[in-house]
Amino acid sequence: MLEKALTGSRRYWIWVFSLLVMSGIGFIFYLKQLSYGLGITGMSRDVSWGFYIGQFTLLVGVAASAVIVVLPYYLHNYKQFGRITVLGEFLAVASVTMCLLFIFVDLGQPFRILNVLLYPTPNSVMFWDAVVLSGYLLLNIVIGWTVLGAERKASPPPDWLKPLIYLSIAWAPSIHIVTAFLYSGLPGRHFWLTAIMAVRFLASAFASGPALIIILCLIVRGFTKFDPGREAIQTLGKIITYTMILNVLFLGFELFTAFYSNIPGHMHTFQYLHAGLEGYGKLVPMMWISNILAVVSLVLLINPATRKNERTLSMASASIFISLWIDKGFGLVVGGFIPNPLEKITEYWPTMPETLITLGVWAIGFLILTILYKVAVSVKEEIA
Amino acid sequence: MSINRRQFLKIAGISTIVGLGGTTTIKALWRDELEASQVSPSPEALVAKRWAMVVDVSKFKIDNDYKRVIDACHRIHNVPDFGNPKDEVKWIWTDTFSHAFPGQEHEYMEGGIKHKPFMILCNHCDNPPCVRVCPTKATFKREDGIVMMDFHRCIGCRFCMAACPFGARSFNWRDPRPFIKEENKEFPTRTIGVVEKCNFCYERLAKGLIPACVEACKDNKALVFGDLKDPNSEVRKILSSCYTIRRKSELGTQPSVFYVIGGSNNA
Repeated sequence: MLEKALTGSRRYWIWVFSLLVMSGIGFIFYLKQLSYGLGITGMSRDVSWGFYIGQFTLLVGVAASAVIVVLPYYLHNYKQFGRITVLGEFLAVASVTMCLLFIFVDLGQPFRILNVLLYPTPNSVMFWDAVVLSGYLLLNIVIGWTVLGAERKASPPPDWLKPLIYLSIAWAPSIHIVTAFLYSGLPGRHFWLTAIMAVRFLASAFASGPALIIILCLIVRGFTKFDPGREAIQTLGKIITYTMILNVLFLGFELFTAFYSNIPGHMHTFQYLHAGLEGYGKLVPMMWISNILAVVSLVLLINPATRKNERTLSMASASIFISLWIDKGFGLVVGGFIPNPLEKITEYWPTMPETLITLGVWAIGFLILTILYKVAVSVKEEIA
Repeated sequence: MSINRRQFLKIAGISTIVGLGGTTTIKALWRDELEASQVSPSPEALVAKRWAMVVDVSKFKIDNDYKRVIDACHRIHNVPDFGNPKDEVKWIWTDTFSHAFPGQEHEYMEGGIKHKPFMILCNHCDNPPCVRVCPTKATFKREDGIVMMDFHRCIGCRFCMAACPFGARSFNWRDPRPFIKEENKEFPTRTIGVVEKCNFCYERLAKGLIPACVEACKDNKALVFGDLKDPNSEVRKILSSCYTIRRKSELGTQPSVFYVIGGSNNA
């Protein structure tokens, strides 16, 4: 089926070529990082994880959210999602690949990455994260590809696939729960030391991922003859309405615990992120953009008229995605390090090489997504 | 029974996978036998059941008292000096009371303590979060309590830095070697991309020497090193006669570095 990615319009090739150029630029800067070290980034002794791990954290959520289209279709026989499950699964493949790449580019000694498997360490959450991520990647490649292959031959998917699909449904939340555990089990990092980190992660993932799927569905419909279906998109719209409400509520719970308890350590990062602390406030404007976009998205989604209108629904989806990209891909990870364990403030901002490497990884992800979607859409056009 | 090429490749493939990863994984999960370093002590080595350190704050009087200690450590361990906070690597350093013991300070505190620099270093916790989170066992705890780093196994994920509540770990953001003033050939230099920190001078203990920082305070006994499990050790004598505090004891990591804050004639 892969040959379908090799034929396409002029516009398709320009898009593919631009992504290749972007990933090429990222790769050149990565080579520079390899020789100079991670000092090429904005990270420091105090803020020792930055942009890379932020993107990883966000994209794990996007990957996990494939379950939002897989589960209703397979467990509740919700037929409307049948047309888009493969889009969700392939989005998961692209995002997990990006996750693994972001971890890879963040390593000080990337060529030793196999040490994680050679010396398996069950007491490290990172070991389990590596296990669940690679397992999820495999599951989604196998399931997505097999279902699409069967669809092409107009036959039902093979029986052996069913258990794998059920496994993937149970597996999806685990990748994001385990990722939340990377943060929420650390002593002395007040901002992350919260038991609702995992549910917060799930709520934000099940908002940002499906929001992205809505946007992708609308793009696919605009550029190809395949229509994911208005009802499927509307159902996703309702799902992100509830998950985004939950996400904002959870953030409110965190604020209550921090500020009503009045414990300085629990308040510091919130103060730093949203108001500035001791004269430092580099992230304040970004965080307010995120807050405002969250409100905008909720207004557009809760109001049935704007949710049902696909134009305003797409605006709401974009607002959610950007809002959560800032909140999780930036504020959550960087904020956790500020102030540092000695209650001192060192600020962080990504450098140019770091940004280009990040863009390069995104470009690779979009390239994988484009190719997989091209195959999926061509098959669907063929059988339509 | 003969096998065809296809079957042969299948069997060969599966046995390679099992051979490479499988047995190691099962063995390691079964019991903790993949320690990064196994050292057999030499006869002259200093040994203890549980190494610990006491910092007598009042015995640090002038700037030079601190400098001597820091220089002794950083010189023999080839700790690079980048001259900027972004790339900084440090094993032992000073900070004020409110930063060393956040939450313990109050506005009516005695001025001398409030503004006095405190020596801080890795606490070699009994229950070290850095060891718990390391995905490769590159950081591990020895039986005598020293929390170690294997620079050759570290993948540079910096999870340990996120986990350490004392900010005791440094990362080599860039090649440290050009920034070592005078290289000590007895101790390895590091490469880019690995984490490092104080190791309680395990390499000196193995030769029968006390840690370099403690040696630098020989005359004033501002730092005392010894076996916490030996009731007659010098550290135990101080702990039983003076009131001591530890950094962030509420987190349960059980630091092995104790601070005598007040009495100059106690220790």
